[in-house]
Amino acid sequence: MTVPFYVSPEQLMKDRADFARKGISRGRSVLVLQYADGVAFVAENPHRTLHKISELYDRVAFAAVGRYNEYENLRIAGVRLADIRGYSYDRADVTGRGLANAYAQTLGTIFSSGGEKPYEVELFVAELGDSEETDQIYRLTYDGSVADEHRFAVMGGSAEQVADYLRSNYEDALSLSDVVRLGADALGHDSQQARTLTPLELEVAVLDRSRSQPRKFRRISGPRLTALFPEEETPADTGAAGSEATATGSSGAEPTGGEATPSAEEPPASESSD
Amino acid sequence: MNAVANPIEHGRLPASYLTPGSSSFADFLSQQAPDLLPSRRHRGAVSGDLSGEVLHGTTIVAVTYPGGVVMAGDRRATMGNVIAQRDAEKVYPADEYSCVGFAGSSGPGVEMVRLFQTELEHYEKIEGTTLSIDGKANRLSGLIRGNLAMAMQGLAVVPLFAGYDMTRERGRIFSYDVAGASYEETAFHAVGSGSVFARGALKKLYHEGMSERDSVSSILQALYDAADDDSATGGPDLPRRIFPIVAVVTADGYRRLPDADVGQLADDVVNSRMSRPDGPAAPLY
Repeated sequence: MTVPFYVSPEQLMKDRADFARKGISRGRSVLVLQYADGVAFVAENPHRTLHKISELYDRVAFAAVGRYNEYENLRIAGVRLADIRGYSYDRADVTGRGLANAYAQTLGTIFSSGGEKPYEVELFVAELGDSEETDQIYRLTYDGSVADEHRFAVMGGSAEQVADYLRSNYEDALSLSDVVRLGADALGHDSQQARTLTPLELEVAVLDRSRSQPRKFRRISGPRLTALFPEEETPADTGAAGSEATATGSSGAEPTGGEATPSAEEPPASESSD
Repeated sequence: MNAVANPIEHGRLPASYLTPGSSSFADFLSQQAPDLLPSRRHRGAVSGDLSGEVLHGTTIVAVTYPGGVVMAGDRRATMGNVIAQRDAEKVYPADEYSCVGFAGSSGPGVEMVRLFQTELEHYEKIEGTTLSIDGKANRLSGLIRGNLAMAMQGLAVVPLFAGYDMTRERGRIFSYDVAGASYEETAFHAVGSGSVFARGALKKLYHEGMSERDSVSSILQALYDAADDDSATGGPDLPRRIFPIVAVVTADGYRRLPDADVGQLADDVVNSRMSRPDGPAAPLY
């Protein structure tokens, strides 16, 4: 005779939360920071095309950490929901709050249902307002809870250390280059020993209030990203990564990815499309 | 409004949203909310010929020049023999590097443009890259094909699509028939009821290597000729200062010319017609 196997609901939820947290803590961090012209996202991501930061709609952007296939699914679902709403109602009726709600419900249901494994992801959904006060930043965790963030927020592997660094160094209304450099510094302070991240290891995108087009999302990559890091600050003494950065900074040399050359020709208007 | 269009009021994203699938918005819409497709909206509700009962837009003209492409449309919409609207808009941006104009029924035309815009943006967001210009032109074909049943009942939409080709570094124009077949046009093209006259004018006015300004002027001349001979095409409305919508697409993207600029060029066209009502004379040989 077997004794039925009993697990208390508390234990069950705790196990599921531990499982999700473990998956998320393996990934690098993603930051969202308010700056003078809008909302900036900075992530450590050496991949060129596997984005952690994406556009959902005109004024709404998405960033994620965790398992790629899971957050990619959520991203596509968000784009579909936004586009179908914008098409059937009006572009103005697609809101960050609506999308954050849909994500919260989805993550929450999956987390508490016994049938599916919890998603190992955390998300940011940010909506650009007309001014800094009306910007909205939502942070969603694996269990569907939502937090409303201001000024800056961090998620991912070493969120606590990175947030500590930002708490002592963040200032309001920073310029784009200052906020991106601050973000890169903060991402480097994710362990006892500070690292220096080069532009090649960063994924940067902004919701830019100063953009005249209705779609405010803009990726900053290649030469435009490198240009935000003045040459004298690029370290030459941190081994392979450092020497790569120096190569990008000096005008003639081509970086390993060969990214700088084709996009230098790129007209400014194309920046939303890549 | 049906429930599918608004799934979030009651909870989580539907499973179908989270299933990998097509990067086409129209395909997704046809599975999730087919009633929202312009081609399905009026299904069953329409019998007989409606062409005299609904708004019709008329002439759209496009011209390529070395830096890109210019598209313009007159502002008149007619309903039978009544002028229903004097400031209709028939030329729209399709995405950052292309524009679309349409002649034919206004309602289905506007909806088709909205669907096409969303289609391009959706693909761009899902795939992380833009469609090639031929890809965009073919997607528009697909959308028009779905409209064939309505076209048979007098609700035809005939678009004109133009954009800047980043790889070939020039402007390109695509025309369509009501069945959705797409044809690439060289140099210039016009669609709509006044298109015969506009095209005739452009044959004499177009020459290779025109500047952007000259291209715009030639289009305004062509639209003037269209309005001169076609009752459904509106000419420049001087007392109300309503002028054609002029879109320019270059390597820098789409832009609509400010009304003031178009107004100035239109004034020049009208002034030149005061001395020669039939417009500029082309040399015989």
